[in-house]
Amino acid sequence: MSVLELRDVSRWYGNVVAVNGVTMTIGPGVTGLLGPNGAGKSTLIHMMGGFLAPSSGQVGIDGRRIWKNPSVYRHIGLVPEREAAYDFLTGREFVRAMAKLQRLPQPGAAADRALGMVEMMEPADRPIGTYSKGMKQRIKMASALVHDPPVLLLDEPFNGMDPRQRLQLMDLIRKMAAEGRTVLFSSHILEEVERLAHHIEVIVAGRHAASGDFRAIRRLMTDRPHMFVVRSSDDRRLAAALIADPSTRGVELTRAGLEVEAVDFRRFALLLPQLARDAGIRLWEVAPADESLESVFSYLVAS
Amino acid sequence: MNSVIAYITFRGMLGRRRALLLFLLPAVLLLLSIVLRVTGHSDLDTATALLMQFGLGALLPLLALLAGTGVIAPEIDDGQIMYLLTKPIARPVISTTKFLVAVVLVIAFGVLPIFVSAVIMNGMTANLATGFAAGALVGGIAYCALFIAIAVLSRFAVTIGLIYALVWENLLARYASGAKTLSIRQWAISVTDMITNATAVKADVGTATAVPLLIVLTVAGVVFAGWKLRTLSITGTD
Repeated sequence: MSVLELRDVSRWYGNVVAVNGVTMTIGPGVTGLLGPNGAGKSTLIHMMGGFLAPSSGQVGIDGRRIWKNPSVYRHIGLVPEREAAYDFLTGREFVRAMAKLQRLPQPGAAADRALGMVEMMEPADRPIGTYSKGMKQRIKMASALVHDPPVLLLDEPFNGMDPRQRLQLMDLIRKMAAEGRTVLFSSHILEEVERLAHHIEVIVAGRHAASGDFRAIRRLMTDRPHMFVVRSSDDRRLAAALIADPSTRGVELTRAGLEVEAVDFRRFALLLPQLARDAGIRLWEVAPADESLESVFSYLVAS
Repeated sequence: MNSVIAYITFRGMLGRRRALLLFLLPAVLLLLSIVLRVTGHSDLDTATALLMQFGLGALLPLLALLAGTGVIAPEIDDGQIMYLLTKPIARPVISTTKFLVAVVLVIAFGVLPIFVSAVIMNGMTANLATGFAAGALVGGIAYCALFIAIAVLSRFAVTIGLIYALVWENLLARYASGAKTLSIRQWAISVTDMITNATAVKADVGTATAVPLLIVLTVAGVVFAGWKLRTLSITGTD
């Protein structure tokens, strides 16, 4: 059982602030680090992995400082985002080398155990350069798991994976957490984090925007006002019908169509087609105007 | 010194396409010396000119640049170095191991061919072969230390190294005597001059200056690389 602790951590590059006063404690189980691209997730993970000094504040594991302290790597396994991983070595050679670098007493056995955990025994004797993206991700996992660390850091592990590989990796991560490990992974996709993490930390523009289990975060996200652009055969009549219902807070008639602000997303989604049918109005287009993750996050920050 | 890191580094160096360059440069030197020998032009003066101009002047710095930056720069560039850095190993051990790998490569592909080339042309006459081998060895070690330090410091290590070797040592040092004093190539020639009796080898820098500078640069380069690697920041992609 290990705990990662960040206390008032900031990191800036020149006068650009990448991470701003983040305090969080990450314990056993799966924690998802959620945020849009460029929010500072990688910067945070790099600080937790000891690749970057915090400009201020402390990053530690079980009370020990991580920066400039290579001995913590006995307790941390890190899976970098970048794909490059000694393409000229075979999977087994690579994982075994990592085991030796960890100074494990039986590097061969440890490597085989790690390869078994990620189900990479069969292709283990092929060069890493010939692996698919999913296989590379798994061999990187094996290299991070070979010394059986209590903490596992994964930087955007699902990037570029197909749905099947994604599911396999999710299973694997759940398994790691079930064994009592502290697993942290970063992602910019809410659904990934929601499906996997029992605890979510949201980072937006370098700031710690929200923290909690996925239900709490989900509620924050669905309860916000949603903006929709609707085009129909009779915008004005549709507007009148919509504003009569409490799920809609505002409607604006524009040249491009109706701009609708809905406060109750679920109710609005059910209501709109019903209203249109009853009034004999044809809907040409219903598009969310602010569904980009950035707008969801900026709402979270503002609230 | 860590044998696993050394093994991976050797595999990486010799497995890449640029390894061909490692073979190509000494092959050219050996070929030239065979041609000179067979055509009867391998007198002491010609041999010295070839070993000075091509051996110490081009082959050695280029090889050391390839080896000194190649052992670490690509790994820093593509982030692979993270797999070494996330181990409970003191960071200077990592950089020093890589420095030693570079030195071994320079000995194998630079120092030995220079020695063999001298032997082909003149046998062991006038200690020319031993002299050039010794000069190439100390010069090669110093080059490796310099280039590995630059590789840890900057992403443009190859360019900076080329500018040093081509512009500083080849152009500036030819005209400005001050630049000569700070030229690894001149230090190597100085050591060669100390050992060989061949009059064609004339050093512009005395060994009393060259040897201490060689030692200082080598130690400083290796220590700096280790120190810099301890605090190597890998910035996020976001």
